[in-house]
Amino acid sequence: MSFELFIRNGRVIDPANKVDKKCDVLIIDGRIAEVGEKNQDPRLKTQDCKVIDATGKIVAPGLIDIHVHFREPGDEEEETIASGSAAAVAAGFTSVVCMPNTNPPIENETDVEYIHRKGRQTRKTHVYTMGAITKNREGVELAEMGFMAEAGAVGFTDDGNGVQEPMVMLRALKYAAMFDKVVAQHCQDNSFAGDGVMNSGFYSTVLGLPGIDSLAEEAMLWRDIQLVQKTNVRYHAQHISTAGAVELIRAAKKDSLPVTCEVTPHHLLLTEENCLEYDTNYKVNPPLRTEDDIKALKEAIAEGLVDALVSDHAPHLKSEKELVFLNAPFGIASLECAVGLYVKALIEPGVLDWPGLISLLTERPAKIIGVDKGTLGVGRQGDVTIIDPDAKYKIDVNKFRSKSRNCPYDGWTVAGKVEKTIVGGEIRFSAD
Amino acid sequence: MKVILKSEQIGQILDDLTSRIISEKPKGLGIATVGIRSRGEILAQRLSSRLSKKLGKEVPSGTLDITLYRDDLNSPQSSAQPQVRTTEIGFDIDDKIIVLVDDVLYTGRSARAAMDAMIDLGRPKAIRLAVLVDRIGREFPIQADYAGYKSDAAPGQLVQVNLVESDGKDEVVIE
Amino acid sequence: MALIRKGKQFEWKHKHLLGLRELNAEEITYILETAEGFEQISRRAVKKAPALRGKVVVNLFFEDSTRTRNSFALAASRLSADIIEFTEKTSSVSKGETLLDTARNLEAMGIDIVVIRHSAAGAAKFLSRSIKACVINAGDGYCEHPTQGLLDVYTIRKIRGSLEGLKIAIVGDVVHSRVASSNMWAMSKLGAEVIFVGPPTLVPTLTGRLPVSISYSLDEVVEKVDVINMLRVQFERLGGNPFPSVREYSHYFGLTVERMKRAKPDILVMHPGPINRGVEIESEVADGQNSVILEQVKNGLAVRMAVLFLVNQAAAQEK
Repeated sequence: MSFELFIRNGRVIDPANKVDKKCDVLIIDGRIAEVGEKNQDPRLKTQDCKVIDATGKIVAPGLIDIHVHFREPGDEEEETIASGSAAAVAAGFTSVVCMPNTNPPIENETDVEYIHRKGRQTRKTHVYTMGAITKNREGVELAEMGFMAEAGAVGFTDDGNGVQEPMVMLRALKYAAMFDKVVAQHCQDNSFAGDGVMNSGFYSTVLGLPGIDSLAEEAMLWRDIQLVQKTNVRYHAQHISTAGAVELIRAAKKDSLPVTCEVTPHHLLLTEENCLEYDTNYKVNPPLRTEDDIKALKEAIAEGLVDALVSDHAPHLKSEKELVFLNAPFGIASLECAVGLYVKALIEPGVLDWPGLISLLTERPAKIIGVDKGTLGVGRQGDVTIIDPDAKYKIDVNKFRSKSRNCPYDGWTVAGKVEKTIVGGEIRFSAD
Repeated sequence: MKVILKSEQIGQILDDLTSRIISEKPKGLGIATVGIRSRGEILAQRLSSRLSKKLGKEVPSGTLDITLYRDDLNSPQSSAQPQVRTTEIGFDIDDKIIVLVDDVLYTGRSARAAMDAMIDLGRPKAIRLAVLVDRIGREFPIQADYAGYKSDAAPGQLVQVNLVESDGKDEVVIE
Repeated sequence: MALIRKGKQFEWKHKHLLGLRELNAEEITYILETAEGFEQISRRAVKKAPALRGKVVVNLFFEDSTRTRNSFALAASRLSADIIEFTEKTSSVSKGETLLDTARNLEAMGIDIVVIRHSAAGAAKFLSRSIKACVINAGDGYCEHPTQGLLDVYTIRKIRGSLEGLKIAIVGDVVHSRVASSNMWAMSKLGAEVIFVGPPTLVPTLTGRLPVSISYSLDEVVEKVDVINMLRVQFERLGGNPFPSVREYSHYFGLTVERMKRAKPDILVMHPGPINRGVEIESEVADGQNSVILEQVKNGLAVRMAVLFLVNQAAAQEK
């Protein structure tokens, strides 16, 4: 006897297959069986079936967040793969990619397998991981990219750090050419960034805080694009935040270089002005920039230059964020309200429509990490997210399943409530 | 609003206070007036000029701000916040008879504060208290040595002294 | 709003002094007028008034300072307050205690006013959100040093009557100077024209948004200004060497006897101290007839007494 899930009458948006219509989705034994008008399907009458009425809702391929920090191993008080996955699935994400800046970092196949095993045990979302580019993310010696690739790492990054030495980055790209995995970069040239804690500009001057100039991001991005020209290896610019970075991506794509990029919701919704009260919930890296940068990022998204939206979920303990702004750690933990934030940043102001938004959360990120997900194609795993696009709700950090509460959006009213998250045909989250 | 003292009456009271002060002043001792802000200093100046005329020699006058010595700084009795102003006493108060001058003596708290302020400024030979209006309602055991008009205004009423230099005319009213 | 008007009276409502950026001209002037009333305490035989009797003032200094710390201690003492001195080296902070825990521990012992100096900008604001006591910022990172700003404008106002229309140069390591920052806010709000002077590596590049103009030439500026405030160049703090040598800095930006010859005869020469004699200012100028450096120190006491008094008043009214 097979298990069936029948999602009827929703607006099915599957950009990978260019689908945007009202119809049904039938999942049998954890795989997509049919997408179309299915009320008359004979299989429905003969087998056990759970029906979900998705009238008025959006039915999308399970959402994918390719940039989260789940702090395991090493900082389990801040978050674990279990708590992070619970947060992810409640937020509509059926797949996430963990960053390797754990303690110890993910830099060999045992580490990769550890993350995968923990993810499987949790039985919430699919948990993938990237591996470090260099040993201990120090930017000196290459890490075992080969073994990590074989163990299933979906890419490499030293995220948290950028690879400082040009020669080391070149070597990394050349080496990675053997493996068809993306090399991602947290673009931050430390000689420009120094000990900055917020965007360098009028506000950092008035507040007396050391600033991170946009050059810190742009200089490294420019350098990396030159290296990609030489090596032609797939490169992904993580969390771009400045108008200058947008220009560089635009030029790189025009030259048909294998360059992709991602943007976070805070770089679309908040600016450096939010730091005026020294509230550490606004301390993040790359820092919150200016209205002009937000404008440029939104234009880039509308043009199709941006390939993925990511939360860069960075959980921290209350006690860590309760330090003076100068000393508090960087990071915003917003995985759990991600969809509502994207709606606010992009759908409401008309930058994107729902198919455009879904595309940046499904097929395009899936392509970057090279997994066969992000679509509702027949035979694919039954990963589905059901969203009520008009339901409004108030973000309440105290209800988060994540362990951490460092989220500046507490109290915001947003639209776009995740109703159900289905992973491999199992309903792993249902809103009450 | 009731006028209890008119301009000529105020002048008469000041003349009267002057005579009494002189009659009690011991020979050989210097004398000076120190007025308690605000309005006390104006009366002190007027007394000083009368005293100087009668005695044929200079009787200096100073201004005392008692804000820092008030006993209600840390438990404000009303919503009004006192403003710290300058104290200007340009002479040595040691070994002199200092006549403290205030417009109204009521609870006695201002006079207490003024005396504490004077002690921190030096060591007068004696402190005397001269007031234009002495109203009932003492909360401290303090009496005026030279009182002008005695008023039995009730506790809720306000006895307001207006002077030409600060308010445009000489008049004492009860509101 | 720190200052509200009730009929002819003003009331100081703000129980913290965190910076001058948030105050308007009226509020700054009110503090200066109040300070006038405190000046004479220091001239009397008994240099005390009981205004803060029974109150506890904590000097919470996480950065080295003798002059500001002593100034606050003396000011508190003149108002009859009790003082607790707290320095980082002799504290539990070196054992890893956070600022928040330190403050909460002090609060538990019952304190009324905290004067804090800290290397992190925003530390005073952070503290004011975390404890109930009054907080006075004695310097937070590169952000502000409000009492220094106040005593600087007090000094100018005492001598010149008003700052309206005065041209004031602030010379030196401006980007790392919280004194320059507080000066800029106070002086511009009181109607002065402020000019930052220094090498491009030490002067902010944001003309247009800040109420100042910029010059890289002391020679040009010295002839035009009514007041010149020389900042100490803190060689020990400057990372990465924004100019090649002390010699070169002094040559271009030092206030020398030579340059003073070209200045207005009644120019006021100021310095927040401590002075690097021969570096940013020549001895003869520091000790010369135009120098009001010692006046600044004297006025600092009156200003700090006024600030302690006012924040205490606001707190008393809150209860």
